[in-house]
Amino acid sequence: MMQEGLDDGPDFLSEEDRGLRAVNVDLQTDATLQVDISDALSERDKVKFTVHTKSTLPNFKQNEFSVVRQHEEFIWLHDSFVENEEYAGYIIPPAPPRPDFDASREKLQKLGEGEGSMTKEEFTKMKQELEAEYLAIFKKTVAMHEVFLCRVAAHPVLRKDLNFHVFLEYNQDLSVRGKNKKEKLEDFFKNVVKSADGVLVAGVKDVDDFFEHEKTFLLEYHNRVKDSSAKSDRMIRSHKSAADDINRIASTLYTLGTQDSTDLCKFFLKVSELFEKTRKIEARVAADEDLKLADLLKYYLRESQAAKDLLYRRGRALVDYENANKALDKARAKNKDVLQAETTQQVCCQKFEKISESAKQELIDFKTRRVAAFRKNLVELAELELKHAKGNLQLLQSCLGVLKGDT
Amino acid sequence: MPHFRQNRLCLREYFNMFNEEENRDTFDIQISVSDPEKVGDGMNAYMVYKVLTKTSLSIFSRDEVCVKRRFSDFLGLHSKLASKYMHMGYIVPPAPEKSIVGMTKVKVGKEDLSSVEFVEKRRSALERYLLRTVKHPALLKDPDVLQFLESSELPRAVSTQALSGAGILRMVNKAADAVNKMTIKMNESDAWFEEKQQQFENLDVQLRKLHASVESLVCHRKELSVNTASFAKSAAMLGNSEDHTALSRALSQLAEVEEKIDQLHQDQACADFYLISELLGDYVRLITAVKGVFDQRMKTWAKCQDAQVMLQRKREAEAKLQHANKPDKLQQAKDEIREWEGKVQQGERDFEQISKNIRREVGRFEKDRVKDFRVVIIKYLESLVHTQQQMIKYWEAFLPEAKAIA
Repeated sequence: MMQEGLDDGPDFLSEEDRGLRAVNVDLQTDATLQVDISDALSERDKVKFTVHTKSTLPNFKQNEFSVVRQHEEFIWLHDSFVENEEYAGYIIPPAPPRPDFDASREKLQKLGEGEGSMTKEEFTKMKQELEAEYLAIFKKTVAMHEVFLCRVAAHPVLRKDLNFHVFLEYNQDLSVRGKNKKEKLEDFFKNVVKSADGVLVAGVKDVDDFFEHEKTFLLEYHNRVKDSSAKSDRMIRSHKSAADDINRIASTLYTLGTQDSTDLCKFFLKVSELFEKTRKIEARVAADEDLKLADLLKYYLRESQAAKDLLYRRGRALVDYENANKALDKARAKNKDVLQAETTQQVCCQKFEKISESAKQELIDFKTRRVAAFRKNLVELAELELKHAKGNLQLLQSCLGVLKGDT
Repeated sequence: MPHFRQNRLCLREYFNMFNEEENRDTFDIQISVSDPEKVGDGMNAYMVYKVLTKTSLSIFSRDEVCVKRRFSDFLGLHSKLASKYMHMGYIVPPAPEKSIVGMTKVKVGKEDLSSVEFVEKRRSALERYLLRTVKHPALLKDPDVLQFLESSELPRAVSTQALSGAGILRMVNKAADAVNKMTIKMNESDAWFEEKQQQFENLDVQLRKLHASVESLVCHRKELSVNTASFAKSAAMLGNSEDHTALSRALSQLAEVEEKIDQLHQDQACADFYLISELLGDYVRLITAVKGVFDQRMKTWAKCQDAQVMLQRKREAEAKLQHANKPDKLQQAKDEIREWEGKVQQGERDFEQISKNIRREVGRFEKDRVKDFRVVIIKYLESLVHTQQQMIKYWEAFLPEAKAIA
């Protein structure tokens, strides 16, 4: 329905938005590999992201290049990390959520249907509102896809991944079709098995204090972040609704102002003007809370899940290791297949130790990133709330001054 | 219920402004409706309100009178005033609406927040009703009004079904329908009336629209308050589980800020409601009364027209009888002509009088409307200013906490 060509070029991703992207992660930008999404196009069902890479690494044919990717290709890349045994000991950067314009599209459609029942001004106003909302969702989805790539590029091991390089450089379609029904069903069962397994694995008490603490912490933290994320969303939605009401009030006051036969006409017009402005600020407040608070919580919901997944993999490896030990003891006791059991045990041991080593560092880094991101966002949230409240206050006081003086 | 008590205080404060206005106007009468008390039990229970009048006007027997009145007493007063003055073109302030649901909850003894709010809403509406009624110079002197304010015993108003605000509205609407059904279109010689009627029509439409939007705002702000409180609790829990000490503390602080903000939203919703929403509701009902008065004028004109038609018929009948040689019938016809000439004259006088009254009433109404809206909107903007100032205070206190995360 909507063709959104965002080739406004440099305007599209303003300074403010650039800041937005690094928001949830504290990343060292490294000259050897820099990735960003320089452009995006929203078509009927899909969004096309232009992934732009700058690199001094010898792996690539050029120093700077771009390719066009769609959401499914990001998911393919993410899944390839998850399925790669070598990366079992790392927190896999969470996959970006699917671009979801359904709600926004539905609203635009409803608006079109209701066009006859409102004045031309009202219609234009609401259309602008909804288009702005659409744009905001669009910018967010771009940001989230970009953050994923930046996290990969910043990771000392993942950045070297071959699939990642193909993703960045191969300028044809990766032909990664979405999962068909059978595959989706398989995934579903895999997850069921995993969570059942996860419960069993979590039950195994860890000898290592660090990991034991992390397990307890992450479990509780993940649940609490989930709750906060949902509640912040609800809060922000109410805020938007209130701003919409003020919009309607401003319009009606304007009509009253033009129709009134008494001195009130000037009064109504002035107040209508005031509410138009304060309404915009209220909408901005809701949008900023969404960016700095809701998105932050949503991101750490996904990251904490990825961290939990890491702990699960380690737990799984530990269980395998312990089982291999038991099997080796049995084999030695029976003096049967000892060599095989020894090899298996060694493999399990190595796997477990490798995961443990990198996992520890990953979890420490996770904490550092989390603290830095929360700090940045909470500070910015407070600063924006203050900015908007002061702006509101100034408008209100100046209007009051005029109205009181007008008697 | 500490939450609600705070709201009550803010309501009183907001409504004192009505009394302040009256004093400044050297309109020397103060009325307050307070202390709702439940009398009786079960479905026969009712609320009784204290009506306190303070005045230096000589028409009152004392300068301070306190009486107890119930809701149906107010309805009874309005019904009497409407029947006495509406047909003369006086804009009689409508009484507050009856509410079966709201009242049932109170009767059944539900002590919850919604029934307490209902009683407060009603108390406030009754107070505004009386203040508007005594602001009208003719109504202030009316013996029924004086009796209502001063007399310790008041005869029970019966059949309050018909006397409810809705009942009166129905009466007014019936009159309007009757007018519409008239086959004779009123020959409006006075452009002022046509213009004014159109203006009130437009005003009615816009005020209803505005009222609906404000009610929606009140609803969403209350929702915002609840959701903010819920988020605050959640943030506190998150802070508890966070294992980085400084971040944990900052999250707890965030939770505290959000809790304070939820209270701000609650108070603001209260102001939205009691200042703007109720004012708009009052004016929507007032404009119905204004429209009713215009319709009364039409009815008066129709009556006058009917009388003229009758007179014409009587004259024609008399003319016929002139040649019929029936002296008795002729005399009767002449008597009837005189009777109807009198009625026509009366009708014309009534029409002139009601037109004059309406012009004056509308002038007064518009003046009051300008004042009311000005005062209320300024108060409302001041409440918004206060909210923003508090917001700034809370976030300024939080910012260093956020920066302290290391």
